[in-house]
Amino acid sequence: MDWQALEVSIKLALATSLSLLPIGLILAYSLARGRFRGKYLAEALITLPLVLPPTVLGYFLLVGMDSNSAAGKLFYSITGDNLAFSFSGLWFASIIYSLPFAVQPMLRALENIAPELREAAWCSGLSRWKTFIKIELPLAWPGILTGLILSFCHTLGEFGVVLMIGGNIAGETRTLSIAIYDSVLAFDQQQAMQMSLILLAIAVITVTAIYRFNHRLMRV
Amino acid sequence: MLEATIKQQQPIPLEVQLECAAGEMLALVGPSGSGKTTVLRCIAGLHKPQQGLIRSQTIWFDSNHELNYSPQQRRVGMVFQNYALFPHLTVMQNIMLAMQTPQEHKVRALLEQVHLSGLESRFPSQLSGGQQQRVALARALARDPEVLLLDEPFSAVDKVTRRKLYLELHALRRQLSMPIILVTHDLDEAAMLADQMCVIHQGKTLQQGTVEDVLNRPQSLNVARLTDARNVFEGKIVLVEGQKKLQWCEQLLEIADTDFAVGSNVYWIIAPSKILLHQRRRPSRGEQENPVQAIIDDMITLRGITTVLMKVTGHNPLLIQMDIPEHVVERNQLQRGEHIGLSLLRNAIHLIEQ
Repeated sequence: MDWQALEVSIKLALATSLSLLPIGLILAYSLARGRFRGKYLAEALITLPLVLPPTVLGYFLLVGMDSNSAAGKLFYSITGDNLAFSFSGLWFASIIYSLPFAVQPMLRALENIAPELREAAWCSGLSRWKTFIKIELPLAWPGILTGLILSFCHTLGEFGVVLMIGGNIAGETRTLSIAIYDSVLAFDQQQAMQMSLILLAIAVITVTAIYRFNHRLMRV
Repeated sequence: MLEATIKQQQPIPLEVQLECAAGEMLALVGPSGSGKTTVLRCIAGLHKPQQGLIRSQTIWFDSNHELNYSPQQRRVGMVFQNYALFPHLTVMQNIMLAMQTPQEHKVRALLEQVHLSGLESRFPSQLSGGQQQRVALARALARDPEVLLLDEPFSAVDKVTRRKLYLELHALRRQLSMPIILVTHDLDEAAMLADQMCVIHQGKTLQQGTVEDVLNRPQSLNVARLTDARNVFEGKIVLVEGQKKLQWCEQLLEIADTDFAVGSNVYWIIAPSKILLHQRRRPSRGEQENPVQAIIDDMITLRGITTVLMKVTGHNPLLIQMDIPEHVVERNQLQRGEHIGLSLLRNAIHLIEQ
């Protein structure tokens, strides 16, 4: 059992889903409430990782993170490190890759709030910010939670993009899904089975939790 | 006092002028899609018209000076059509949210005012339609508003509850001192609750006046149609022995003083409740006023009032309607096909330009 790989996987999934909470919320709110040109294009771009093969996305991200690219140079000038084949690069790629899993549920939840509720809040004297905090956020909470958990699970099971961006560096970029792949290649069925069962258990628990929380929150 | 002049071309054309004094209720009536709710939204600050002036105690909107207060700045109390209660908050929290300085005893006083004491900790989903409407009203009043806006507040409740709520709102009104605007397409509702009525059609104000005035003395045929005037006929002003009279087919009817010139063609209306039935047993003096003979065609009774549909003798197929209490029908033993005498009281005849 590769505990180090499990640690990397959980660290990556936590960092990605927590980063996606504010990012996803801002994007979802802008799409749900904003009226701007290119709204459909923005929505399509956010959904793109859902339909692109992970290797294609991974390839483009790898090219973008190359030490000769603008992003790679900028990252190097700040941290003195390379973005590609590092945990930070993996984290950034995971944010992009899991973006639709966070944004879509949040967007649908915000869109489902009746416009009259916001207007009633305004007519009750609540500012737009207070309306968001006291009305929209609690009402959209099931969707926000779903986005958070889905992006966590999705990052946990990531394979193609991790392989392209992170490679297979133990303790840095070697996640559980890569370790399973390695075990299978090395004919170590027992280890592959153990790690697969762990990923399966985490997926079952988190997805069940989504439904349970949502059911409880929606009952009010 | 609330005054509003609203003009716009897009997204729906509006040309509306209305005013409502403090303590008065103004009913905005008109068919669906006539722009009533948009007018209310303009007053609340939820929709910005292209042109106009909206003034309460201060000016809220003035297109000439590019002044436009937000809904938060306007201090309006608004009851939405579906109440728009916050589903995740209790009744107490819904009302408290609208208070500048939330105080529990004030919420309890408001709930008592709307007959909802004891339901403070319930969620909106645990309330009936009537109770939800009362919470929405209490929330609108919680802000101590300058103007109270009611957007079809009775449309989401059943008829029995609606009647009960009418009486409650009628009683509550006596305790309120702000202008109240009620949007409705139900004329009976407007007539029962409001002091003033403003008829809107295709985004335009057609007439504003007292309920009695608008319903019995519409300024145009359009208003008469929109307010469901039932006895609308055509006639002509003629001069007989130095007096202006209304010629209706072969009949000459006495009318009150009028500015219509002799020879002008007019529409004329008479409210069904203002037609006098000649009683068989006790003839009254009013019978000499514009007497008309008719045959009863049909009778429909609803809640103690009978609408008698009659064919005026000699004017076939002109039908005229009269509303009389059910007991009058029974006492006079009125039946279909029977000949009866009526008086079209001269002061009840209202003339409209053709």
